[in-house]
Amino acid sequence: MGIRERLSGNEAVANAMRQINPDVMAAFPITPSTEIPQYFSTYVANGKVDTVFVPVESEHSAMSACVGSEAAGARTLTATSSCGLALMWEELYIAASCRLPIALACVNRALSGPININCDHSDSMGARDSGWIQIYAENNQEVYDNFVQAYRIAEHKDVRLPIMICQDGFITSHGVENIELLEDDVVKNFVGEYEPYGYLLDDEKGYAVGPYDNPVHYMEHKKQQTEAMKNAKKVILDVAKEFKGISGREYGLFEEYKLDDADMAIVIIGSAAGTSKDAVDELRAEGKKVGLLKLRVFRPFPAEEIAEALKNVKALAIMDRTDSYSSQGGPLGAEVRGALFSAGVAPKTVNYVYGLGGRDVKVENIKEVYAALEEILATGCVGEKFRYLSVRE
Amino acid sequence: MSSIDFITDTIGWRDITPGGEIYEGGTSAAIRTGDWRTDTPEFIADKCKQCLLCTPVCPDCAIPVKDGKRGEFDLDHCKGCGICAKVCPFGAIEMKRGEK
Amino acid sequence: MSNVLEIRWHGRGGQGAKTASLLLADVAFNTGKYVQGFPEYGPERMGAPITAYNRISDTPIRVHSNIYDPQYVVVVDETLLESVDVTKGLKKDGAIVINTAKTPDEIRPLLNGYEGRVATIDARKISIEALGKYFPNSPMLAAIVKVANIMDEDAFLEEMRGSYKHKFASKPEVIEGNMKALELALQEVR
Repeated sequence: MGIRERLSGNEAVANAMRQINPDVMAAFPITPSTEIPQYFSTYVANGKVDTVFVPVESEHSAMSACVGSEAAGARTLTATSSCGLALMWEELYIAASCRLPIALACVNRALSGPININCDHSDSMGARDSGWIQIYAENNQEVYDNFVQAYRIAEHKDVRLPIMICQDGFITSHGVENIELLEDDVVKNFVGEYEPYGYLLDDEKGYAVGPYDNPVHYMEHKKQQTEAMKNAKKVILDVAKEFKGISGREYGLFEEYKLDDADMAIVIIGSAAGTSKDAVDELRAEGKKVGLLKLRVFRPFPAEEIAEALKNVKALAIMDRTDSYSSQGGPLGAEVRGALFSAGVAPKTVNYVYGLGGRDVKVENIKEVYAALEEILATGCVGEKFRYLSVRE
Repeated sequence: MSSIDFITDTIGWRDITPGGEIYEGGTSAAIRTGDWRTDTPEFIADKCKQCLLCTPVCPDCAIPVKDGKRGEFDLDHCKGCGICAKVCPFGAIEMKRGEK
Repeated sequence: MSNVLEIRWHGRGGQGAKTASLLLADVAFNTGKYVQGFPEYGPERMGAPITAYNRISDTPIRVHSNIYDPQYVVVVDETLLESVDVTKGLKKDGAIVINTAKTPDEIRPLLNGYEGRVATIDARKISIEALGKYFPNSPMLAAIVKVANIMDEDAFLEEMRGSYKHKFASKPEVIEGNMKALELALQEVR
C-alpha cells in the first residue's frame, strides 16, 4: 500500500530520486529547483543513496557532466529551471542525438527578461525541439509519479532518449500537498537496473559515442532520432499501464475531463489544469457543456489522439503559459491547431497566453475563457484569435 | 574487416548505429586515409640512424616502430605532410612530389 | 469549492509565516484532511511583507491559485496593519487573528471597518516567557488552531509534541519551551 504523506513538489521529486537511487547527479542550483539537489545531496551525505553527486560551476557543465556520465554507463539525472535550462541548450541537443537517457527535473520558471523567478513554461517550451521527451504535471502526485516512470520510458530500447519531467515553479514545487508515495522497494523493482547497450567504461568492448557525422550520414541519424520519439508514445502508455498496477493511478498522453459531451473545451498544461477543473464543475452545475483536455505528454506530441478527443468540440481555447512571439500565439496553440487541421477537425479556436511570470490563475479567470467561448458560439464569430488572459489594458 | 565496415555511404537509417555509436576501439585504422596523399615520403634505410625523431611528429602514426626500430611507412594512413622529412637530421626521408 | 477552509497569513520575511503555514498544513494533514500550504514568492528579503496560504478540505484540492476570499487571516506582525490591507476579501463570518498586545476592541479601528470576529494574542510576550526569545510561530499557530477550531486542543498539543520531537531532534531542549508557548497561546488568545 502507498504511504500517505504531505510534501512539496520539490520534496516529492527528491524522494522519487532517492528511491530510484541513480548512479550520478550533476547539478547547479537555481530558483525554484534548488531544493531538489539540496535535498538529494543530504541523501548522498547521509548514505541514503549510493549516488555520486557532482557539484559543478554552471548548468552548461551540469549537462556536460550528465552527458559524459550517462555515456560512461551511469544512470544520471539533474534538475534545473529557467536560465539554467537555457545555459544547458547546447548539451540538451547532444544528449538527445547521442541517445542518452538522462532524466531532468525541470521546475518551470519564466526565462528572463524582465527577470522574474515565478512560473511560466517559457523555459521548457523553448527546449521543445531539442529532442527530449517532455512530461508535465498538474500537482505533486503527478510529478512524483512521472519521475518514477521516467527511466522506464527513456531507457527503453526502442526509445533511448533523454526525458524532462516538468512541474510548475513555486505553485507545485513549493506548495505542500497530500501525496501518496510508493514504498522504496516497489519503486526500486519497478525502475529496475540500468543496462546500457554500450558504455564507455566497458573494458571488454571498445565504444565511442558522439562522432562527427558527414552529410552522408547525418540525416539517417536524425531520422532514427525522430523514429525513437515516435516509439516513445507507445512506451509511455505501456509504462503507464504497468505503473497503474503498482499505484492504482492512471496516466495517459493526456487527461480528458468532462470532455465527452462538451461543446466548449480548453487545452491546458500544468497546475492551472486543476484550477480549471473547478471552473468546469462550477459551469457544469449551471448546465453548461464545458470540458477540458490536460496535456501530460508534450513530446512526443499526441496529435492524432488530441484531434480525436476534440472532434465534437464546437469552440476551443488553447492555453499557452508562454508566448512564442510568432504573433499568432504560443507553441501549444500552433501544435494543437496543426493537429486539428491535419485531422480535418475544425472547432472555432482561440489561443490564449496566460500565467506569464507567475501571474496567478484563478477559477474566475478560467470561467472568463469559457464565457468567451460561449460568446463565440452565440455569435458564430471568433474575433481575436490570439489573446492575453488577465492582462491589464 | 572492422565492425564499422558496414557503415557505408548507402546505409539506411534502420541499419546505422544509434547516434553514430561505434562498438570497438581504434577504428580509425580501418579508414584508408592514405588515399588523400599527394606527396609521398621515401624511407632511405641506409642513411637512417634510428634516432626515432620522425615517429612522434607524425600526425597519423604512419611510421611503425618495432623492437626500438622504425620500419617502412604505413602508406594506408600517411597523408604526405612531410613533417618527418623536415625533422630528420640525416636526410633519410625524401618527399617525392606528386607520387602516390 | 465551499467546503474548503481557506486561511491567509501575513508576516514579514524571516518571521516564519511560511513555516507557520506549513506547520498548520502538517497539523491538519495529521487529522486526516487534504491540505495545501504554500507561500507567495516575490523579491524575498528579511522584513519585507510576505503572504502564505492554507487550504484545508475533506476532499482532494485541485485549485492552485492564491487565496482572495479567506475565512481566516493571521497577522504575524501588527506593524503590517499600516501598510497591508489584511482584511481584504476576508469573509464576515470568518475571523482575523492578530499578534498584538492590544485587545480586539483596541485593534478593530485599524481594520478598515471589518465586521467579523477579531482575535488578538500577544505572541511576543508568550514567546519571551516560554522560550526566552521572540519566535511568534508557535503561539500564532496555536491561536489559529483554536480560533478556526481546526482540531481538539489536547489532540493538537499531542500532535505538536510529536512534530517538535522530529523537528528539533538535534536540539531537544527547545521542545518544552515551544510546548509551553502553544499552551499559553491556547489560553490567552481572546
